[in-house]
Amino acid sequence: MTPTLEVRNLRTHFFTRAGVVKAVDDVSFAVERGRVLGLVGESGSGKTVTGFSIIGLVDPPGRIAGGRILFQGTDLTTLSEEAMRDLRGNRIAMIFQDPMMTLNPVLRIDTQMVETVLAHRRTTREEARRIARDALGQVGIPSPEERLHAYPHQFSGGMRQRVAIAIALLHKPDLIIADEPTTALDVTIQGQILAEAQKLCAESGTAMIWITHDLSVVAGLADDIAVMYAGRVVEQGPVDEVLDAPLHPYTLGLIGSVPSRNRRGAPLRQIPGMTPSLLNLPEGCAFRARCPRATDACAAVQPMITEHRPGRFARCIHPHLEAAEAA
Amino acid sequence: MTVYLLRRLIQAAGVVLAMSLLVFLGVYAIGDPVEILISPDADQIERERAIRSLGLDLPLWEQYLVFLGKALQGDLGRSFVFNEPALRLILDRMPATLELAVGATVAAIIIGLPLGLYAGLRPDSAVSKAIMAGSILGFSLPTFWVGLMLIMVFAVQLGWLPSTGRGETVEVLGVRWSFLTWNGLSHMILPAINLSLFKISLVIRLTRAGVREAMLMDYVKFARAKGLSPNRVVFVHVFKNILIPVVTVVGLEFGGTIAFSVVTESIFAWPGMGKLIIDSINVLDRPVMVAYLMVIVLMFVVINLVVDITYTVLDPRVRLEGKA
Amino acid sequence: MSSTTLGAAPVPAVPPKIETPFHRFVAEFAASPIAVGALVVFAIIALVAILAPWIAPQNPYDLAVLDIMDGRLEPGSVGGTGITHWLGTDDQGRDMLSGIMYGLRISLTVGAGSALIACLVGASLGMLAAYAGGRTDSAIMRLVDLQLSFPAILAALMILAFLGKGILNVVIAIVVVEWAYYARTVRGSALVERRREYIEAAQCLALPTHRVIFRHLLPNCLPPLIVVGTMQIARAIALEATLSFLGLGVPITEPSLGLLIANGYEYMLSGKYWISFYPGIALLVTIVSINLVGDQLRDVLNPRLKK
Repeated sequence: MTPTLEVRNLRTHFFTRAGVVKAVDDVSFAVERGRVLGLVGESGSGKTVTGFSIIGLVDPPGRIAGGRILFQGTDLTTLSEEAMRDLRGNRIAMIFQDPMMTLNPVLRIDTQMVETVLAHRRTTREEARRIARDALGQVGIPSPEERLHAYPHQFSGGMRQRVAIAIALLHKPDLIIADEPTTALDVTIQGQILAEAQKLCAESGTAMIWITHDLSVVAGLADDIAVMYAGRVVEQGPVDEVLDAPLHPYTLGLIGSVPSRNRRGAPLRQIPGMTPSLLNLPEGCAFRARCPRATDACAAVQPMITEHRPGRFARCIHPHLEAAEAA
Repeated sequence: MTVYLLRRLIQAAGVVLAMSLLVFLGVYAIGDPVEILISPDADQIERERAIRSLGLDLPLWEQYLVFLGKALQGDLGRSFVFNEPALRLILDRMPATLELAVGATVAAIIIGLPLGLYAGLRPDSAVSKAIMAGSILGFSLPTFWVGLMLIMVFAVQLGWLPSTGRGETVEVLGVRWSFLTWNGLSHMILPAINLSLFKISLVIRLTRAGVREAMLMDYVKFARAKGLSPNRVVFVHVFKNILIPVVTVVGLEFGGTIAFSVVTESIFAWPGMGKLIIDSINVLDRPVMVAYLMVIVLMFVVINLVVDITYTVLDPRVRLEGKA
Repeated sequence: MSSTTLGAAPVPAVPPKIETPFHRFVAEFAASPIAVGALVVFAIIALVAILAPWIAPQNPYDLAVLDIMDGRLEPGSVGGTGITHWLGTDDQGRDMLSGIMYGLRISLTVGAGSALIACLVGASLGMLAAYAGGRTDSAIMRLVDLQLSFPAILAALMILAFLGKGILNVVIAIVVVEWAYYARTVRGSALVERRREYIEAAQCLALPTHRVIFRHLLPNCLPPLIVVGTMQIARAIALEATLSFLGLGVPITEPSLGLLIANGYEYMLSGKYWISFYPGIALLVTIVSINLVGDQLRDVLNPRLKK
């Protein structure tokens, strides 16, 4: 069975005056029906740009410089803008990070929902309104009929994100790209939204890419995980295996930085240094300057992504194989 | 909302009162009121009588109260030149000026919005740069000079459009309007464009800045992610957001437009209030000047009020804060 | 820094070839060829205005050299006095080129003079508002708001209507219209500077108020003031031209560019464009060149725009 989405060697580069920024550089992954892929990385690691590349919303000076994005077997990079628009919001939906910013402040909720329905379905305005109302009810918004008349600023942050999710769900998409949708929300609301997202994927067979910097979110939600660093996927595999026995030193460092995973009282471990500038990235492994295991070899060649165990990929010449063996 | 309205009304009345004091002082304290208010042809006995009947022998503050009381009854004196109530003279010519100012505002929006939109959507194209350079010229060129050039090119050299007067008018509701006849409309084009030049530049700049800002917002990206057509994204999502500042500024500028029509009306011999005030200043017809200034101040205050209310209606965020 | 150095006399040891802020300012200004070009153009205009009595082909106010028979000659024709009128003549037989040179003198004098006076008045009031604060501040700023909400042309008309025509009254009108811009600018930057620690330090040392204002506050308000001042000179020139065009400005005996344009206006409809056109071009070039210089000054002097 073909996966819902398969990304192969995707490169998205920004051609700025100062030089080429390789925001996404040789990224490959796949998401199957009903499964959730956690795309994890620090800010600036290229995870959001990956999301925008899939949905075809990379703005100049950025563009997809290579690779393929196969959605249900069709290569999205070859589609016309028109054909992409048919997919967007219809078969592929996206949810953004900041619910305060994603809804247009001067348009009513019903306007913003009905237009989405009508963009992809020939139907009457009344029918579109009914669909919108049902979608609001589905994401747990009380008295949806009245709320349709409201403006975004009349909702709380959590409610706004529910509206955004409702909009994403209007056409029962096959793929949802969620770009840190819970980061800006309270923890309790975050939990509710995560649970609903999980239920949705399991029930409707929607594939989901959950972009986040928060490993604890991914641990509870995702089936698979891909860790990005400086525009590249440095490690990927089933979520439990990766979190229990990370191969890449960066993944290990990330896990070490999560407070809840540390023993109480023990000092938090942190990754020294900062993410490198993506402009004119030097040869070799991008993480080597911050890596405790780095050797001269790391500076010489850019490590290839390698399958170190069945289903377990890492982009490192010195992976933590011993730890995995011990486990 | 009513409380808000009431407060704004009281504020507006305060401004009018302050300005009336200013105009009063301008006429009575700086200039010689006898010379200003009494026809220079009057003989000594007439002057004496007029001084008494005008209450000029009273203390200044009492005179102001009298002036204010008369002004409230719509009596702002009689024109020496036309021997008619000054206020009626002004009001007679007001439709022509309003017509021109509205025409200029409409022209500014029709011309400025699309250009600003284009410049905002394609900021790096050569056309956009030309538009922006043009808008700088629109800001810095004196209106009267551009008016002359318009006449020279379109009226004298090309002979396409008339350059003076209002042309044929049609009477509707007891007021004569030019824009309802082809001839009248053709007379209006050049002055309206001349008057709108500054506004066009303003609208272009505002629209461009607004579009560029809005295009970077998440809600625009989200609208695109919903699969909306580019037209819908630009003309609904972006447009509605930039409309608020544009409407506010264009509305607030309306008063300025009426004031600047003084220049345009003089060049194009447009028979409005502006031409009247210039003629009146030249022949020192002071009651007309006073009446004009009071009418203009009143208009300014009313425009500000209307803009504020429109703004409240357009922006849901402000609307609800007002309610709360 | 220790407090003992404060009492010491300044050491005049400026090593050569150090990059002073002024040098950097010049270098940054020169980065825009358009602005440099505009500055050169404006310098030429100013020079022409200053030297007009010596370089103009004719003294346009000397009735003895005028010949009414030379009236309304086309550009390039030779008049009865033997002068080639490169830009034609007006209805009185005045050489337009000379008229423009003399007109520039008046336009620039009125424009720069009124801008300077407005700057003095506005900057003083702005400084007073910022330094005194409280009621003085709010009273001055109320006045500024009122002034700025009123269109310049209308305020100027009002003043000229009360005072009558004449160069001095035009200057007064422009000052009244423009002082508010300076006041707002100076108050804004003075308020920012006032909160800086060095002002506090100066006040703690009990330096006299005038010293704090003139040695510490004012120099820091200068950059925005220069920018506003440049732009306002252009505005003042345009406003004077407009008022003169309307017949409310300078008297006929001292025609500025605006009045020259007004004189030619009635002949324009009969195709004798040059009487209005060339003074208009002179006015245009003057205003645009000043604005371009001002634009670049703003970019260079505005710290917010700096990377």
